[in-house]
Amino acid sequence: MAQLTFREAIARGIAQEMRRDESVLLIGEDIGAAGGVFKGTVGLFEEFGGVRVRDTPISEQAILGAAMGAAMTGLRPIAEIMFSDFFAVCWDIVANEIAKSRYMTNGQMSFPLVIRSGNGGGLRFGAQHSQSVENWAMMIPGLKVVVPSNAVDVIGLMAAAVRDPDPVIFLEAKSLYASKMDVPDGEIVDTLGTAKVLRQGSSATIVTLGGMVPKTMAAAEELAAQGIDCTVVDVRTLVPLDTQTILREVSATGRLFTVEENPRVLGWGAELSSIVAEELFYDLDGPIVRITTPHIPLPAADALEDMAIPSVERIVSEISRSMNQ
Amino acid sequence: MTIETLDLDAKVGLYQAQVELRQFEKRAYDLFLENFVKGTSHLSLGQEAIAAGFAAAMRQDDYTFATYRGHAHTLARGVTMTAVLAELMGRTNGLMAGKGGSMHLTSVEHGVMGSYAIIGAHLPIACGAAWSAQYRGSGQVAVCFFGDGTTNIGAFHEALNFAAIWKLPVVFVCENNLWMEYTRTTDITAVEHPAADRASAYGMERILVDGNDVDAVFEVAKTAIDRARAGEGPSMIEALTYRQAGHSRADPGKYRPDEEVAEWLAKDPIPMYHARLLSEGVSEETLADIDRKVAAMVDLATEEAKAGEAPGREYLMKDVWADGGSAWRN
Repeated sequence: MAQLTFREAIARGIAQEMRRDESVLLIGEDIGAAGGVFKGTVGLFEEFGGVRVRDTPISEQAILGAAMGAAMTGLRPIAEIMFSDFFAVCWDIVANEIAKSRYMTNGQMSFPLVIRSGNGGGLRFGAQHSQSVENWAMMIPGLKVVVPSNAVDVIGLMAAAVRDPDPVIFLEAKSLYASKMDVPDGEIVDTLGTAKVLRQGSSATIVTLGGMVPKTMAAAEELAAQGIDCTVVDVRTLVPLDTQTILREVSATGRLFTVEENPRVLGWGAELSSIVAEELFYDLDGPIVRITTPHIPLPAADALEDMAIPSVERIVSEISRSMNQ
Repeated sequence: MTIETLDLDAKVGLYQAQVELRQFEKRAYDLFLENFVKGTSHLSLGQEAIAAGFAAAMRQDDYTFATYRGHAHTLARGVTMTAVLAELMGRTNGLMAGKGGSMHLTSVEHGVMGSYAIIGAHLPIACGAAWSAQYRGSGQVAVCFFGDGTTNIGAFHEALNFAAIWKLPVVFVCENNLWMEYTRTTDITAVEHPAADRASAYGMERILVDGNDVDAVFEVAKTAIDRARAGEGPSMIEALTYRQAGHSRADPGKYRPDEEVAEWLAKDPIPMYHARLLSEGVSEETLADIDRKVAAMVDLATEEAKAGEAPGREYLMKDVWADGGSAWRN
């Protein structure tokens, strides 16, 4: 058992897979000797060398094109896009090429690759370095989407993503990089498409993921003190989506709240609300409520960013208000 | 067809390869007019020497990356006419059972690693395949074809730099047919030769070749491919050619001056090569036999493609994922 930060867990997860499989390579900007701008790849260059851990120019299309070409010819690349906002400059490779080529070729090609990226706000970086883009990826058929919330899950889900035969977008909440957790020794391998129930309650079910998980857990404690006892589900992977676990937990309490860092419109919670409304309508005891960032670009000022992204206080007050109606 | 040396037999083979591409494209066009082929299509009429010359210089396990104008490059690697025509017609005996269509022809078993319909995307992807070959030490080379219009998109420049710094075994081939879609490339490009004049910015040699001369194409292709295979890095080749038809099915190509069209029709790669082979001692009858044989191949492929079935519902929901399915939730 060792205490690891979220960022150290990323490097440990990647190292675990690189030791096991020589076809796993890592590329990205400043990921080599520098260890990544968020220090998520510290030690990998030293252990695996410059052939397997390779710095690239600032060329996101080339980075992801290289990953795609390598994956279709038998390797298992992990590519880093430094900030998930930068997907906007290479989205063709992701959405048009990587996601669609297996289907278009009638299954001739496989793309066992992972694209990992720093995602979300809380660091006062402003509108172009703070977005939560999991919805961008979720809405493209052909991409798997992983959004871990803690160090142990990072390792296990990274292993699952690397071993998966399909392309995986792996989004690391920047607000969690410094968070710490006790991590067991030895190999950790998790399973994609499995949500986790982090807290069991009887009043309402809150579904969340990534950087919103710690805030939601803190909110659930405060709500419990008010007599509102919540189940908290960590979605962990948006695609494949563990709908069954979520439906079971919503059915048990009769209420669904989602806590999403993404801007309001078409967030993953909207899809989940639609599923619950269609499949669980008669089990609901009240409205489905989505707690999200407003539909605005994220501001840089700490005072404003804190108002925008769901906070513990806002989660508590919105759930409490709705439950007491 | 892989050629080691350009002897007379090899040249006769290159003649046949070009005639196959020509007759196939003409048939594809006819089948459009008859409404057997839907959607769009981009023909390589007039540009056959490039596909034929490069394919002959490639090893069987080398990789081809093509564009939406990719029928010729796919066929040149040995994919059957039936499979390509049936794909154009959306039949289950098509190369991808009709799921990709004309612009996405792919045959992994022939090294045809896809035809890409977003301009420039496949240059970085070809770099990835070359990187993989380099890492695995397989000796494979990636050959990436694209048009003159591609040279103005960012991915082109990202890929060239990437290939150069990692010394990747990739050969970039610009088929400069003078016209982007409806606009003359030199009107919207800072240099006269959109690929060759930019090669030096990435430490590559400036190579121009007559893209309508299959012998010249073969020689320059062989040199670049051998060089890549030997670990000496990427090359950029600009092959000058002309598309004899419009950009796509919907384009009659009226924007091109008549004199320009006439000038390039006079440089049609196939009659030129026909004349050369006669002068080098190949009999008229040998070449006429090839023409007839290829016509029969195209007829047979047409019949076989037409006989294919339209894909049923079972094709719709399969192969999004490697498990063969499309489930995104449980």
